[in-house]
Amino acid sequence: MLPELGLASLALALMLALALASLPLAGAQFGRPLWMATARPLAYALLIAVVVSYGLLTWAFVAQDFSVEYVARNSNSLLPLHYRFTAVWSAHEGSLLLWILILAFWTALVARFSRSLPAPVLARVLSVLGKVAVGFLAFILFTSNPFTRLLPEAAEGHDMNPLLQDPGMIFHPPLLYTGYVGFAVAFAFAVAALLDGRMDARWVRWSRPWTNVAWAFLTLGIALGSFWAYYELGWGGWWFWDPVENASFMPWLVGAALLHSQAVTEKRGSFRGWTLLLAIAAFSLSLLGTFLVRSGVITSVHAFASDPGRGLFILAFLGIVIGGSLALYALRAPRGETGKPFAPVSRETFLLLNNLLLSAATAMILLGTLYPLLAEALDLGKISVGPPYFGLLFTILMVPLVLLVPFGPLSRWQREQLGQPLRWLAPWAGLAVLAAVLAWFAWPNGTGKTAFGILGAAWVAGGTLRFVWNRLRSGSRGPRFTAEMVGMSLAHFGIAVFVAGVLLTESTSIERDVAAAPGTSFELRGYTFEFRGAEHYQGPNYQADRGTIVVSRDGRPITTMHPEKRAYASGGQVMTEAALDGALHRDLYVAMGEPLDGSGSWALRLYVKPWIRLIWLGGLLMALGGFVVTFDRRFRRPLGEGTPA
Amino acid sequence: MNPIRKRRLLLVLALLAASAVAATLVALALRENITYLYTPSQVYAGEAADQAVFRLGGMVARDSLQREQGSLKVSFGVTDGDAVMTVRYEGILPDLFRENQAVIATGKRVGDEFHATQVLAKHDEQYMPREVAEAMGKAHRKHNVPDDADAGDGGGD
Repeated sequence: MLPELGLASLALALMLALALASLPLAGAQFGRPLWMATARPLAYALLIAVVVSYGLLTWAFVAQDFSVEYVARNSNSLLPLHYRFTAVWSAHEGSLLLWILILAFWTALVARFSRSLPAPVLARVLSVLGKVAVGFLAFILFTSNPFTRLLPEAAEGHDMNPLLQDPGMIFHPPLLYTGYVGFAVAFAFAVAALLDGRMDARWVRWSRPWTNVAWAFLTLGIALGSFWAYYELGWGGWWFWDPVENASFMPWLVGAALLHSQAVTEKRGSFRGWTLLLAIAAFSLSLLGTFLVRSGVITSVHAFASDPGRGLFILAFLGIVIGGSLALYALRAPRGETGKPFAPVSRETFLLLNNLLLSAATAMILLGTLYPLLAEALDLGKISVGPPYFGLLFTILMVPLVLLVPFGPLSRWQREQLGQPLRWLAPWAGLAVLAAVLAWFAWPNGTGKTAFGILGAAWVAGGTLRFVWNRLRSGSRGPRFTAEMVGMSLAHFGIAVFVAGVLLTESTSIERDVAAAPGTSFELRGYTFEFRGAEHYQGPNYQADRGTIVVSRDGRPITTMHPEKRAYASGGQVMTEAALDGALHRDLYVAMGEPLDGSGSWALRLYVKPWIRLIWLGGLLMALGGFVVTFDRRFRRPLGEGTPA
Repeated sequence: MNPIRKRRLLLVLALLAASAVAATLVALALRENITYLYTPSQVYAGEAADQAVFRLGGMVARDSLQREQGSLKVSFGVTDGDAVMTVRYEGILPDLFRENQAVIATGKRVGDEFHATQVLAKHDEQYMPREVAEAMGKAHRKHNVPDDADAGDGGGD
């Protein structure tokens, strides 16, 4: 009975979304205040309907209702309780329900925190969000119903994918989706502004905090996903240029460009059309990401078994959203209105370059990700594009970006004045070069790459410090530090930390596959790994072999590590649980391969990865920066004030 | 020229230059970094002759996995239903590597063998790389092998 209620609630949600998509919008077009006033209650009602539906699916998992096909496929009576909550989004149907749940939350939040917004604008924004909800709800109801019953009822479930039975999976999908779906808000504002036809800077001021929060969540989601892949997949890598990683990275890059271009549009009125276009692109790429992952057209860790009907539906939905919004843009984009003119070396120019580089990187990744699909459609053979393609081009595009980061905050709006930032930055450039040269000679096992990592990180960190110093010394004009400046400085420090982490790890990591008999030792970078053997034990829903490896350095024991090889009871899937000993300056990492013969020997994979934690620390700082910016006072001022368009 | 026109001109020029550079780089990088997928019978038919490095896809042949004592050297057969090719590899095989399961190896052909630098197995018991599924499907249809496409029962037959 309860699953049917969940389905009914979902159908009700579709009705509410249809109403939200049409009524307030019609009200705004025809000037009917009563119709417009339905937007808020409809948004709240939509949230309630979706929450009920989601809650009932969760209950089916918790109560182990194997008469529901989705539960039977993705759960098992041995599954620990906390994973029954996360099993809800461990496959296609439930993850879509999570998507729509998060969209409903964002929509309700927009409804709640929009007191200062004129009624027609709010009506249009919520209506656009309602349209997106209609698309996804229809998709779930017509192609991917999670409440389908199984006749006869299954006696036992098939089990949740063991890869996903991990604490990291509790947070990764919700964070990522919160980011993905959050771009829907910026998108809705852009489309509402296009529908309205009046392009003032207010919609940008209003949508900036939303974009920042969405981008910050996406940053957290990607960083956590990368960390999960690092310790769970047992390959010790942190980024694989896997199509699904690319799918989440593209909206992130465009989102980063959008943050900067929104700042220009809000403060100077320039880049108006471009900002609208980026807002459309960020959300379109989020949808494309969903399409790539869910339609099964690509080969990836994340691609679930799928059927072509779904792919077709998403493709059509994608066509309507992207095609529709771009057509609207073509018809209604601001023409003839430009912001204040700016000189060739002003802050606007630096932000323009930032946008160009980030967009070019996105285009490059999009091409590499879609190229195999294109080649297949054109019958050019079955190909895959290797990580070196992405690595090389991304590096080429990001080097100038890293070089330019410190100039942006230190240059001035509108006016040409390259000399001043150069004078400010020269000592820091010198210091960065000095640090790089020292690293070149003195860094243990360092290479040219290590030196470049130090150079880039020191340059960005130094340039950002200079900006902070300038603000601290600045006179009485205005507040010394707005939340916006603090957030920006944090995010830019994040870039420095990230650059250092990537290049130090890439240049000084060491990896070895060994055949280890009990009692043998292996030496890596001064660490001695001694294999003490492996024993068998029984877990809650799996059997495992657990190895014991004692790590020492210069005769002093450092840690004892226990990597595992697990065989899950149902499905018989084998999983590697790597053992990690993490510290800021290095990770020790041991993964078990397979037993080699009857004598207790195992294939082991040993890693020493210096400074790899900086990669995720950098991501955290960037996300933190994104959150801090939203506390800026300017976003809380009533909309009437500030720069008119 | 007035300042707005000048700014526009600069912008257009910068965009053009950037896209030209980007297009060239992308074309070069793509040409260097794409790898094609073949099945053993395609390789024996000489279709991969002009590829230094390519991917070999198929199923791990039954009872073909052999391990060299005390080292990480392994060899196994990859079959597409028509032909079997021996793959040599040194390193740790993926968790989901099993006989009668789909596998994709990247490497090069040496004589009648394939020397792999990377071996990927299908990602979970419900999932087979689409390319392999298609290549296998062709071979199956030719030999009238019934499809075991029912994904729910753990795959192995």
